[in-house]
Amino acid sequence: MVKRALAIITLLLIGFWLAKGLVGVPFGEDKMLVGEYYLENVKEQTGAVNAVTAVVVNYRGFDTLGEVTVLFIASTGVGALLWRRKKERSAKSEGSVVLTAGAKMLLPFIMLFGAYIFVHGHLTPGGGFPGGATVATAFLMLYLAFKEYEIDHKVFEPLEGLAGVGYVTVGLIGLAIGGYFLFDWIWQTWQFGHENIGRLFSAGFIPIIYTLIGIKVGTELTGIVDNMIKEEPKGGGQ
Amino acid sequence: MISVYYFGAISLILIGLYAILTKRNILKMLVGLSIMETGVNLLLISVGYVRGKSAPILSEGVSANQAVDPIPQALVLTAIVIGVATTALALSVAINLYERYKTLDVEKIRGLRG
Repeated sequence: MVKRALAIITLLLIGFWLAKGLVGVPFGEDKMLVGEYYLENVKEQTGAVNAVTAVVVNYRGFDTLGEVTVLFIASTGVGALLWRRKKERSAKSEGSVVLTAGAKMLLPFIMLFGAYIFVHGHLTPGGGFPGGATVATAFLMLYLAFKEYEIDHKVFEPLEGLAGVGYVTVGLIGLAIGGYFLFDWIWQTWQFGHENIGRLFSAGFIPIIYTLIGIKVGTELTGIVDNMIKEEPKGGGQ
Repeated sequence: MISVYYFGAISLILIGLYAILTKRNILKMLVGLSIMETGVNLLLISVGYVRGKSAPILSEGVSANQAVDPIPQALVLTAIVIGVATTALALSVAINLYERYKTLDVEKIRGLRG
């Protein structure tokens, strides 16, 4: 009881202090400095209509590379922590007929929508990470609906690595052509798609990188689900 | 007078912190951590809002001076993914702890082995 009261008093003090600090940051007013530059130049410099994905992939591409690295390390870490000799699914019973039939019918729609999100990252809200997460939910649905389902590890893990290597390769080609890492060579050097801004074939390397990120995130989150859903068979030791 | 969005974001951060400080079950502490992450993301997003402007997607009549700040949204995109990654790692540590000690109570785990 004393512990809780102390915690509440401390938290109220922290909250008051945070609120006092935020009084100096007015809500809903224009505070843009760099943001204005991005918004005004995003169409000519990157070809993307969606300013957020242009910032994420093009202007601040290193952030995304680090983010992909963090996700890869997390997926590897989950695999290392939950590594066991024999891994089996622990599901006791098959899903009902309605569930399995519904999962079979919904699967292509979810996959198609996920692919749509990451291919159109430069035009619509979304991009590689939401699209990849949507694709991973399709696999999660398969895992939850079917007792025996398991992804093909010989395909999934190489695909994950290849997508990551593809991202770095696109960046390295930019280093060779333009002089710095993640230079947008398709847009700046080839001038590909300059006349159709706002359509699918524009925005330089953003759709390519986002497709690679979508594949990578989809396979990684599926791998995490696959590792977490398995258990040791009954009676096995440590 | 503080804005309701700032108030909500700070409240979420404090609720998460309260769960981490007072709960003894590891899973409840992880729920608190997730709530805190959500609060931080909400705070970042609401700092970038500009009254009366629309999302920073410059198609169909939205020009550059009619869009909100795109930078906080890009930052939050990164922060969400990192939050998911840390949560996944922490959950697998929790699975391992349960298999080894047969309990999720942090104080009992501390008592079982030093």
